[in-house]
Amino acid sequence: MTPARSEAAGKPAIISMRGLRKSYGIGTPVETEVLHGIDADLAEGEFCALIGPSGSGKSTLLNLIGLLEPPTAGELSVAGQSTKGLNEQALTVLRGRHIGFVFQFHHLLPAFTALENVMMPAIIAHGVATAQDEAVAHDLLARVGLSSHEYKKAGQLSGGQQQRVAIARALSLSPRLILADEPTGNLDTHTADDIFALLREFNRERGSACLIVTHDPRLAARCDRRIELVDGRLAASTSVAEPA
Amino acid sequence: MARPRLPFEFLVALRFLREGRMQTALILLGVTGGVAVIVFLSQLIAQLQSTIIDRVLGSQAHVVVRPLEEVNLRARSDPASTAVIEPRAQRLRSIDQWEAIVKLAEDQTGVVAVSPVVSGPAFALRGRASKSVALLGIEPDRYRRIVKMDTYMVRGKFQVEGTNAIIGTELAKDLGVTVGDKVFLRAAGGRDELLQVTGLFDIGNKDLNRRWVFTTMKLAQSLLDLPGGVSNIDITVTDIFDASDVAARLQAGSGMTVDSWMTTNSQLLAALRNQSVSNNLIRSFVIIIVALGISSVLVVSVVQKQKEIGILRAMGTSSNRIMGVFLLQGALVGFVGALSGVGLAWALLQIFSTIYRTGDGAPIFEPQLDTGIALSAAGIALAVGVLAALIPARRAAKMDPVQAIRA
Repeated sequence: MTPARSEAAGKPAIISMRGLRKSYGIGTPVETEVLHGIDADLAEGEFCALIGPSGSGKSTLLNLIGLLEPPTAGELSVAGQSTKGLNEQALTVLRGRHIGFVFQFHHLLPAFTALENVMMPAIIAHGVATAQDEAVAHDLLARVGLSSHEYKKAGQLSGGQQQRVAIARALSLSPRLILADEPTGNLDTHTADDIFALLREFNRERGSACLIVTHDPRLAARCDRRIELVDGRLAASTSVAEPA
Repeated sequence: MARPRLPFEFLVALRFLREGRMQTALILLGVTGGVAVIVFLSQLIAQLQSTIIDRVLGSQAHVVVRPLEEVNLRARSDPASTAVIEPRAQRLRSIDQWEAIVKLAEDQTGVVAVSPVVSGPAFALRGRASKSVALLGIEPDRYRRIVKMDTYMVRGKFQVEGTNAIIGTELAKDLGVTVGDKVFLRAAGGRDELLQVTGLFDIGNKDLNRRWVFTTMKLAQSLLDLPGGVSNIDITVTDIFDASDVAARLQAGSGMTVDSWMTTNSQLLAALRNQSVSNNLIRSFVIIIVALGISSVLVVSVVQKQKEIGILRAMGTSSNRIMGVFLLQGALVGFVGALSGVGLAWALLQIFSTIYRTGDGAPIFEPQLDTGIALSAAGIALAVGVLAALIPARRAAKMDPVQAIRA
């Protein structure tokens, strides 16, 4: 395995993976290992693409990092805290505090308005929405250019608009890490560029590290670093020249 | 301000319910119907039973203390001889130490009123009419707490003193007397007295209206030759279904014969019990059906909301809070259903009380809702809602967020 040291030397790692393995169907005849020992770091504030062909384990790796499923073996630390032996409650707290998700199919809550969707992580964390939470949500929606759509339900927004809301939502608690699973996967090129630019902007401005799963080589090329997965193994970790 | 003011679990539970419009409406309808049936039925049966009990117990004491029966005892049993022991005729006797027994009865828990009564057979005579009556010597203040005589008075007050007497309307008709007239009373022992009628009552039972003659205890004692004695002690208890327990305790404490209305009216009691059993059976089934309804709707909702559950989990919601969201949905459905169910039951009572009437046009039952029944039905609906939500809520909590999001 190639140890993939963080390129942004000197900065502490927000994510640290050591020998991370994931198997499905353990104890059944169809047991399959999807990730065969991943060693990689992601530094604070780093903007990184996770690329690789379909079925290479990108989404699985993202789910492990997002603490949505436990690794079968290996070490995973998030924000300097080892996740080994943490119970579901502790993992939930860690996830809520440090990680924001942007999913491919935007996954907004259809029963809620755009504003409420953006406030939701704060409502979950604080129990009830505070005035501060609302101010932040207004602010974020203005930043993604949706001030006039705040009170629309998710279903009344276009795909690109929904993805903007999803990004605003991921940022609502100013997480140190944003995990995006093909955030531009089902958007046209123009909208995809917009969404990508938005992520990059927030990354620069707030210092949130981003790990973006993408199939689009054009977008991958615009990241600080590319981590490539092939058949559940780390194939390459390339630093990209900083785009202007 | 567009900020939602509700705490997370309430906010999400309410939105989920609102989103599943048709399902929510149907299940609310189910809970409403169930609660209405339970409340209406309980109210109806409670009222009908209390009406029947009122009618039966309206003219009799809950518990009555009588002297022991006199029996012939053999001085010695001699195995060499046999004997036929004939039962003795029971003469009118006083209860031994009745003041002590009145005191004992008053000290029992659950006893509301105690009234010593001197009663015995007599004839009421006027002109050529001679009617067999039951003479009742009472203290009005004590006796009106046993039988609500005040409510039955047609003329005059339920008050006796000197040689005053209160008689029933039927007896008055038979003898051709009314308030102010005099009636000659002769007791079985031959003692007699001229009584002045000062009041007429109508107990709603012609037989009793024809037989009961109330006088003072003193007068009855002298007429029946029971100086200073009483023939029985009437007792009212707080909970009428406690009567047999009170009777048993009194019997043990006093050594007298003590009967409760429950033994004297055992068939009525059996009928009431059967009615209660079938009511409970119906209630149980309705509760089970309502619970199954809530449960199945929420199970479907959990499956439908799979993706949302996954998103909420990814955003930092613990599985316990997801569980809370679904339990709350059950509780909300139960609570709102209970409110509307109680409302519907109230409406049904209004309607049926105008439809069902007795022969003389009075409603069989009052269209009132007992707060106790309404509150307990609402409490049950709430509890059933939460319990029914338990299985779907656990399912939602156990859902793997990754699978849920992918779905």
